[in-house]
Amino acid sequence: MTQIDPTTMWIVIIGLAIGSFALRFVFIGFVGDRAMPPWLLRHLRYTAVAIIPALIAPLVVWPTATEGQPDMPRMAAAAVALSVGVLTKNVIAAILTGAATLYGLLYLLA
Amino acid sequence: MVYTTDKSFFWKGFRDGAPFVLVAIPFGTLFGVFATEAGLSVVQTLAFSATVFAGAAQFTALQLLQDNTPTAIVLASALAVNLRVAMYSASLTPFLGAAPMWQRACAAYLTVDQSYACSIMQFEKEPEMSVPQRMAYFFGSVTPITPLWILATYLGAVLGARIPESWALDFALPITFLAMIGPMMRTLAHVIAALVAIVVALLTVSVPFNLGLLIAGAAGMVAGAQAERMLERKSP
Repeated sequence: MTQIDPTTMWIVIIGLAIGSFALRFVFIGFVGDRAMPPWLLRHLRYTAVAIIPALIAPLVVWPTATEGQPDMPRMAAAAVALSVGVLTKNVIAAILTGAATLYGLLYLLA
Repeated sequence: MVYTTDKSFFWKGFRDGAPFVLVAIPFGTLFGVFATEAGLSVVQTLAFSATVFAGAAQFTALQLLQDNTPTAIVLASALAVNLRVAMYSASLTPFLGAAPMWQRACAAYLTVDQSYACSIMQFEKEPEMSVPQRMAYFFGSVTPITPLWILATYLGAVLGARIPESWALDFALPITFLAMIGPMMRTLAHVIAALVAIVVALLTVSVPFNLGLLIAGAAGMVAGAQAERMLERKSP
């Protein structure tokens, strides 16, 4: 893993602290009781479900640890974590079964 | 049970928010471990968790920093991941917008998945609650998590340095995020948004500076919003 330069790290921490607060404050602080356009709310509703899968998909298909070679245990663990999450709506159960799949297969295939 | 005083609403919020500790502790610990692996000091890790207070954005920033992404792109991507808190802020505004400014500022800092989810359910269930009662409930719901989130980060940071590479922690982040995505798939529109985002992310993986993430995220949001409109028109 690449070591992160401390100055860059502090810039990111401070920038994210200010930015995250601004995102949380913008409506409750500035908008007050005024209504917001429905088209904006409609797009905001899908931010998390779009950005998070977009971040994860390349890491699952081309994992860093295997230098970008597709890896069966990691793919299987990803599939299990996602499926258990969808079926049970339980984040902790999904993490545990995903991790168990990864370690189980890494052990069996070693 | 009847809740009349602000204080009893605080404790009702506290009880409703308490189960989320089971998510916040492992997730905070994981962040501490991951941050230490990435080379952050304990002070940096703690400052990160305490000031940003948004696990998903923190993980995103660290992942991109490790890929040598330019700082501006790191900030834009992590804030894009956190755009949902703006959505929460917007959704809570009709209920809490009339409170004093200092309370709204504190509430803004404490707007996270857990406090939002508890509060919006409670406010819609009991519309006759006064604004001070709603604020008391909101602060109650987030009180169990906040100190434990920071403490768990600290424990993870201290323990993280001792975890050997053979534990395959590189994959802790994808598993955690995938686990979080599952419960978010509430409607067909959410599923479409996620699928479009995944396909575009895989197609744009060679775009420099990890800009593919923002392109894919935007594509997913538009797809979700359009799907929602089409499904609304179809349903009676």
